Amino acid sequence: MQHLILKVTTKILFAPIIVFALYVQFHGDYGPGGGFQAGVIFAVAFILHAFCFGLEQTRKVIPLKALIIAMVVGVMFYAGTGVATMLLGGNFLGYDQIAPESTHHAGQHYGIILVEWGVGVAVASTMMTIFYLFTGREPDIDQEDW
Amino acid sequence: MNLAAQLPVLPVVIPLVTAPIAMLLPNGRAPWAFATIVSWLTFAACAFLLQAVLGAGVISYELGDWRPPLGIEYRIDLANALVLFLVSGIAAVVFPFAYRSVQLEIDARQTSFFYCALLICLTGLLGVTITGDAFNVFVFLEISSLATYALVAMGARRDRRALTAAFNYLIMGTIGASFFVIGVGLLYQATGTLNMVDMHDKLVGQSSRVIDAGFAFIVVGIGLKLAMFPMHLWLPGAYTYAPSAVSAFLAATATKVAVYVMIRFIDTVFGFQFEFLGAAFTWVFLPLGLAGMFIASLVAVFQDDIKRMLAYSSVGQIGYMLLGLSFGTVEGLTASLVHIFNHALMKGALFMAVACVVLRAGSHSVKAFAGLAKRMPFTTWAFIISGMSLIGVPLTVGFISKWYLLQASFAAGHWYAGFLIVASSLIAVLYVGRIVELMLLREPAEDGPYAIPAKDAPLSMLIPMWFLVLANIYFGLHTELTGGIASRAAEALMFMAGGAS
Repeated sequence: MQHLILKVTTKILFAPIIVFALYVQFHGDYGPGGGFQAGVIFAVAFILHAFCFGLEQTRKVIPLKALIIAMVVGVMFYAGTGVATMLLGGNFLGYDQIAPESTHHAGQHYGIILVEWGVGVAVASTMMTIFYLFTGREPDIDQEDW
Repeated sequence: MNLAAQLPVLPVVIPLVTAPIAMLLPNGRAPWAFATIVSWLTFAACAFLLQAVLGAGVISYELGDWRPPLGIEYRIDLANALVLFLVSGIAAVVFPFAYRSVQLEIDARQTSFFYCALLICLTGLLGVTITGDAFNVFVFLEISSLATYALVAMGARRDRRALTAAFNYLIMGTIGASFFVIGVGLLYQATGTLNMVDMHDKLVGQSSRVIDAGFAFIVVGIGLKLAMFPMHLWLPGAYTYAPSAVSAFLAATATKVAVYVMIRFIDTVFGFQFEFLGAAFTWVFLPLGLAGMFIASLVAVFQDDIKRMLAYSSVGQIGYMLLGLSFGTVEGLTASLVHIFNHALMKGALFMAVACVVLRAGSHSVKAFAGLAKRMPFTTWAFIISGMSLIGVPLTVGFISKWYLLQASFAAGHWYAGFLIVASSLIAVLYVGRIVELMLLREPAEDGPYAIPAKDAPLSMLIPMWFLVLANIYFGLHTELTGGIASRAAEALMFMAGGAS
């Protein structure tokens, strides 16, 4: 039971960090915030978890393979929104096509929420992947051999 | 969806949307087949786009239905339609070629990442070319560059020096991109717009230190990206240690796109009575172009690594493009655009020939080329024909480039430049001739590491390579496509430059 205080604190903080990430995420289209910042904050929760419980434990929560799929899903969400508006008859990322009858450009809101969601997923999973790969990397030269 | 109306965005959207999918495919053949089909689709889109531009003139596409200059505009005229056609065409040839080469040179666990990065690199290069928005150029430049750094570093499986080469390229490329974005920032401050055409309209008649500084930052930034002579030091390392297929793709596209960006900024954004421009032509582009032609070519003669030799030769050839640009005339610009297209054909074919040798001999050292004609005749002759094209022998595209360049230099009154072009071609005879002599006249090594079996490259590599080699001859005989489009494009660029002032 090493670092009991750190482990308990991490457990307490974990959920609020994710809630805060989601707050920044959904706040993004009206005010400061958005997918990029939200993604980083979301990843921070898991990085904190890895710091206190070890990388192996975090890998059990989210394996690397899932992160790679999440990266793809994030980008596809963004690009897919663009392609969807093209299929609906507008230009690439022409959000107005999502809600054409709207009198106050509601489509712009829907569009940016979808795109920001894609950005958030992609950034969070990329941040975690970079962290996984850096911390999980075996050194080329053994510490003993220097 | 109206396909014709969406055509201008397809060259970027197709590889962008498919690149992540390539990452999810299982390692091995699947990502390669997928990327190849995507590159063909992209090429088809670019070819239709070129046809549309030839018919309709300038095509403008409003991204996200935001009207320019506020929104991002994709603006395709003849100049960038030609470069789009070139870049996607090279991709459509190199991607099918890559399979065997990548199988040998890249860690099998990385193949799906490799083809994903290759598609992203293609997206970036096409995006840089297609966009009419100065900041969007920076974004796509970074997309392509970041993918390129990763691709170069993947050569580390064969040679660990790929890592330092990639890091070197990363640092220099990032400095270049930073300078570029600082320059765009200064111009934004002076004009309040990022749309290139709008920026041009607002810059006309203005003169201030801010604009001068912005111009200088942009020239240095793109100069780094295109390996302008004294800023070329990242290029030989990156091209030498990158996987062979990546070298072939990058040598034929990346620097060409950067040269195009330079042309676009000089002739579209700064194309007016801008006193700095004349000074830049006379004191920067002309001397540096000439210096690159000679010094880099001379350095190429003394290399004992073929890829490094071809890389230095690329720096020299970029000198020709800058020289054409520096004349500031329609003929000069035509020569630059023609040489962008033609040099891509010859350097692509040469690097592909080297990739074939690496596949069989496992080395791109000069020694591996001794007596190659007896071992790999098809590869040898592909190298010789594209090497002759590099020198500028008649019936090849190299001759067409040199011809346009000579005409332009005499028309611009720089008769000495004409002689220097011929003189530097003689250096190309030296470094290409040295390898040709090795391949044709020497006896192949009987034992030792370079004793390779008499077996030519597989058909999957020979067919795309010979396709490019034959393109070298075809476009050397039929200049309507390259020369015709390039001169019309140059006229349009210069008309805009001269017409508005």
